[in-house]
Amino acid sequence: MNQNPLARFRTGLGNFGDVMHDRWLSTPGWQRWIVYLLLIVVALLLPSDSIGSFMSPDTDWASILFFPIGTYVVLAIGLNVVVGQAGLLDLGFVAFYAVGGYAMALIGTRLGWNFWVIMLVGITLCALSGITLGAPTLRLRGDYLAIVTLGFGEIIRITARNTDEIGGPNGIRGIPHPPSINDLHIFGVDVSNLLGGIEPLKYGVLDPKPYYYLLVGLAVIVIILVKRWEKSRVGRAWAAIREDEDAAEVMGVPTFRFKMLAFAIGASIGGSMGVLWAAKSISINPNDFQFLLSATILAAVVMGGAGNLPGVMLGAFVVAWLPERFRGLEEYRMLIFGAVLVALMIFRPEGLLPSRQRRAELKEGSGGMGTLGAEVPGPEAHGEEVASK
Amino acid sequence: MLLEVKDIHVHYGKIEALKGISVEVNEGEIVTLIGANGAGKTTTLKTISGLRGLSSGSISFDGKDISKLPGHRRVVAGLGQAPEGRGIFPGMTVHDNLLMGAYTRSGDFSADLAEVYELFPRLAERRVQMGGTMSGGEQQMLAIGRALMAKPKVLLLDEPSMGLAPLLVQQIFSIIAEINRRGTTVLLVEQNAQQALKLAHRAYVLETGKVVKSAPAADLLNDPAVQAAYLGGAVAPEVPEGQA
Repeated sequence: MNQNPLARFRTGLGNFGDVMHDRWLSTPGWQRWIVYLLLIVVALLLPSDSIGSFMSPDTDWASILFFPIGTYVVLAIGLNVVVGQAGLLDLGFVAFYAVGGYAMALIGTRLGWNFWVIMLVGITLCALSGITLGAPTLRLRGDYLAIVTLGFGEIIRITARNTDEIGGPNGIRGIPHPPSINDLHIFGVDVSNLLGGIEPLKYGVLDPKPYYYLLVGLAVIVIILVKRWEKSRVGRAWAAIREDEDAAEVMGVPTFRFKMLAFAIGASIGGSMGVLWAAKSISINPNDFQFLLSATILAAVVMGGAGNLPGVMLGAFVVAWLPERFRGLEEYRMLIFGAVLVALMIFRPEGLLPSRQRRAELKEGSGGMGTLGAEVPGPEAHGEEVASK
Repeated sequence: MLLEVKDIHVHYGKIEALKGISVEVNEGEIVTLIGANGAGKTTTLKTISGLRGLSSGSISFDGKDISKLPGHRRVVAGLGQAPEGRGIFPGMTVHDNLLMGAYTRSGDFSADLAEVYELFPRLAERRVQMGGTMSGGEQQMLAIGRALMAKPKVLLLDEPSMGLAPLLVQQIFSIIAEINRRGTTVLLVEQNAQQALKLAHRAYVLETGKVVKSAPAADLLNDPAVQAAYLGGAVAPEVPEGQA
């Protein structure tokens, strides 16, 4: 094999990944659960100052762990269901994050409901808005779907800006925090004393850590659910739709329904993050939900390795963390960020941690983004698309 | 009659692709649709399997009207398809591709898996290989085997000979004959008219969205006009471009 050292390094890296993945799959379940628990513990210990001094010398580490890092990770997990698993290119994901955020802000300030109730309402609202967007648009494919979702993202933001009833361009202020639990005791032990004065469930203005812990909890629930779906009949149907939608339909997969489900689930995850984020930020306004955020989350999913959960989370972490890490370089930090993105796409076009299935799809040349550019009926189609109902 | 297509019209935008096609398939038969590029063969098949909606006409299967049934429900009703261009799932192994074929079924289908592997020993050898890394012939075998996993009453095949070496075409066609002998009705769309007419019981000749001839396959094989147009007969007039 006459390869240059770079290509050799890349295949070597890929093979190493495969070996590690096989070894991981062959480890017994209880050992894997130990690793999962360790990861959760690590996630909970992350906001400590000793780690922060290296990870972000210029900003408050615990704050950026909540936003952007944690927020991006959860959003990327949600977008991954739509883009990575079902293969539907969604450029307006920020819309669902906005719906969740506005649900929290409006219900919290006007009706004064409890955070947890609003969380449930927000998730339901977002699932419904996912279905509302999906019902007419999921008949389109590839680029066409991407354009429509892009439009939806902008419509939500511009509508919010022009509707004075929900604050217009000023947004909404005075959003309540989640209810605090002070003097937390577990088995009679004062947790606050144990942690050296930290109140883990006291949601105030100053300390970002309690929100971060809440976010970790949300992420763990979301990851468990998404992983379950991925391994079920639903996940297999998504994979089939992503790889060849027509073939999936003639295998008996109700493609339209499963695409709607992917949209609804992705929207719910994005919305739950929106609720949590709004509950911390006190005030929100339409400019928090720019298209750039949709694009950044999509970049995180694609760079991390669409379809592979650990990869997507890593991608989101990198995309969120790099600009903060190099904040000391001021304007140059975006230059470095851009260079890293370009380098990643050159050396790892399939993403940092791609799934093996995904790599095989990319080789086949379907682009790995589902049926991009597939045939679409014109506006005057007569009686077409019976199949997708 | 197992499958009856009655006077269907199908449009792509404003263009009428099918201008009133009627096809009948009886139980146990192999029926073939032959014709040049753009004659409407694949569109007919896609309309039968539900990937295309029809503007008028009707399709009935097993005595029921399925014209408005979505594609995935037609699979449950008993229509299995190996789609155009094979439609293999590239990121799934051969085994997982076959299991996708049985998506609508529940319970134990190890016997059906064994039957597919027996029909296509090549697939058994490649059980754990990714679908996308297989050769064209192997992918075609996989596409047919996958369609069989749904236990269809009628198997719809869209150009199984496309892009395959002559020897492999022979092999695939003899397997189709075997599948038919085991009790599955076959509707075959082919450009390779010679092979298809040798295999089938009855045939329809399609031209620009219309059926121009229907007869027992053996008769068409000896029909001078069909020979001239599709079989490279001796008295071949100028074959219009794109009909090679």
